[in-house]
Amino acid sequence: MSTPTYKMEVKDLKLWYGDFQALHGLDLAIPEKKITAFIGPSGCGKSTFIKSLNRMNDLIETCRIEGTIELDGKNIYDPKTDVNQLRKKVGMVFQQPNPFPKSIYDNIAYGPRTHGIKNKKELDEIVERSLKQAAIWDEVKDYLDRNALSISGGQQQRICIARALAVGPEVLLMDEPTSALDPISTAKIEELVSDLKSEYTIVMVTHNMQQASRVSDETAFFLNGHIIEHGDTRKIFTNPDQEETENYISGRFG
Amino acid sequence: MSAKIIRGFVYLSAAITFGMLGYVIIFILINGVRFLTPDLFAWNSTSQNVSMMPAIITTLYVVGGTLLVTTPIGVFTGFYLVEYANRKNPIVKAVSMATDTLAAVPSIVYGLFGFLFFVTFLSFRLSLIAGILTSVIMSLPLIIRATEEALISTGRPIREASYALGAGKLRTIFTVVLPVAMPGILSGIILATGRVIGETAALLYTLGSASNIPGGLFSSGRTLALHMFVLSNEGFHVDQAYATAVVLLLFVLILNGLSTLVSARLSKGGK
Amino acid sequence: MRRAYDEELEQLHRKFYQMGCKVNEAIYKSIKAFVNHDKELAKGVIEEDKEINQFEHDLEQACIELIALQQPVTTDLRKIITVMKASADLERMGDHAVSISKSTIRVKGNKRNSMIEGMISDAGEKIKKMGEEVITAYIEYDTEKAVEIANYDYLVDSLTHDIKEACISEMKKDPELVLGATDYIMASTYIERIGDYITNISEWIVYFQTGEIQELNTHHSYDEL
Repeated sequence: MSTPTYKMEVKDLKLWYGDFQALHGLDLAIPEKKITAFIGPSGCGKSTFIKSLNRMNDLIETCRIEGTIELDGKNIYDPKTDVNQLRKKVGMVFQQPNPFPKSIYDNIAYGPRTHGIKNKKELDEIVERSLKQAAIWDEVKDYLDRNALSISGGQQQRICIARALAVGPEVLLMDEPTSALDPISTAKIEELVSDLKSEYTIVMVTHNMQQASRVSDETAFFLNGHIIEHGDTRKIFTNPDQEETENYISGRFG
Repeated sequence: MSAKIIRGFVYLSAAITFGMLGYVIIFILINGVRFLTPDLFAWNSTSQNVSMMPAIITTLYVVGGTLLVTTPIGVFTGFYLVEYANRKNPIVKAVSMATDTLAAVPSIVYGLFGFLFFVTFLSFRLSLIAGILTSVIMSLPLIIRATEEALISTGRPIREASYALGAGKLRTIFTVVLPVAMPGILSGIILATGRVIGETAALLYTLGSASNIPGGLFSSGRTLALHMFVLSNEGFHVDQAYATAVVLLLFVLILNGLSTLVSARLSKGGK
Repeated sequence: MRRAYDEELEQLHRKFYQMGCKVNEAIYKSIKAFVNHDKELAKGVIEEDKEINQFEHDLEQACIELIALQQPVTTDLRKIITVMKASADLERMGDHAVSISKSTIRVKGNKRNSMIEGMISDAGEKIKKMGEEVITAYIEYDTEKAVEIANYDYLVDSLTHDIKEACISEMKKDPELVLGATDYIMASTYIERIGDYITNISEWIVYFQTGEIQELNTHHSYDEL
């Protein structure tokens, strides 16, 4: 294996909500064009952590952060960072499909329009390309003016993925993207995610350990705001170094 | 067994409610429709024809004037409270509580306040402007509340989605949140309109009861509800009061219909 | 996801086939070397056994990872289990080829018996054919063929039995043959064991198709003793 290049590097990240410390000095390198999965029990900090990678935690008033997160070597918490530009580079897909109550077309075009693309032809191209990348073009190409809320949950989530891809991100954060979906939609999204890694660096939080094992290249196990173990998914799932990891993965946990 | 009793009770309650409503409407229609003569819509009101035309015009003035002032203030206050204010700030808490309290205050209290402040202290006398300003204060909490509710019900997820695409706060609020909240805000405005149309007590002390179309902001007038109140109070034209009630009822029904329509659209959009 | 998983399963399949070919070749060569007293060829078989062992190691590793990462069920699970168990049998077959080769190298100017060597060569031919067929049956998931192959094992068994009888009667005639004949008996026993492993592989093919683990060719009949 060649030495991996790292897209993002987290160094000694500490995070508080008010007086409560949610993350206790995390260090993690996220390899480029690979899928990194975060697993761990509820409340272990994995969702909090993924939200700090594109500064979505800024929206929470009581949230305070120490340490650095570098994207291509630049600290995203630097005061000079343009948060909107950061989020353009580091896209996000949420747990619940959250399309805007607008047409499918307008959903996908929202991001590009936000970043100044007005040309109709250019927008058309972006919409088509993004929907194709999200493997939903064939299902919706004849209904682009239909309200995005009128399609199924699994389709909505792929619309949300397409919407995130439309701004041309380099990193895609996915916070439990399939936990609200049925198994078939889940399988489609997993398939899609593994296809996307040829172009994007993907970070995925999942409650579903099988999903982490099936999809990811690297896995990080979170517990109580610490990263207990991080490494090659094959290693984590066959022979983890830490007992806590072993207990969690094998279902012997608390 | 007990389920049957409960079900019977539910049906009985529903029957009483609809029965009373139906009785009121039918009673007004029977007593009023007969007296709806062209005379009643004459342009000039005299003590003979007791035309309600000036009252209709005045009602439109008051409603229009009130909405013109109250809508921007109310909507922006709602936006401020939901989108910008820190909920934990004591001042914001106070504003929020004041809004709730104002919504529950009986209208006669507004009337007295309007009389003491606008009519006497600011020497507006009984006038259109005093009536409008009092109505503004009265309807403000309704619009603020409705705006707040509408904004809150848009929920976090679509805002997060917008921010995560690199959109700023203004863009998020105006292109994502506002379209979703619009029907809710509109239904609040309609509710406020309904309240102003039906108001008597507060306007009696501020707008006065002049029977002609107000000549300007500082002249007195009477809205439909006031007109009806005055007619039935004087006791000479009770039949015409009923006819006025029919028109008022029509106004309110139309407004309620509009409001229902808008709420239906709101709940459909919010799914 | 399913696509990548299917690809990995397919690769498992291909690798197993390659290993099977390698093992069959080793068996064939080892018997040829034994009959022809070709020590160089025998050495080659021993050398190549390392590759066979590596194959088994890789297959087992891949199976373990697939089980851990994909949590296979139904057909997928049976496919993986089949490869895992059958590859262990293949590896043992390879070891027996090594044993035969070792005895080829050990032999130093013993007296030979061309009649018995001919019989061993025959048995070798049979086992080679069975080995090739079982791999084909695996690749084609051909249960009927697998059952058929398992039944051939009787032929190998009776051949080895004949070789033993022949050795004993030849040894009685010519005591100088004892050293060489012992090797003949051992070689024929190895061949017989290889036949048993082929039967095992047939059983795994049946398992893959039916999900039932059954004994195809038990040697529990007292008549043969």
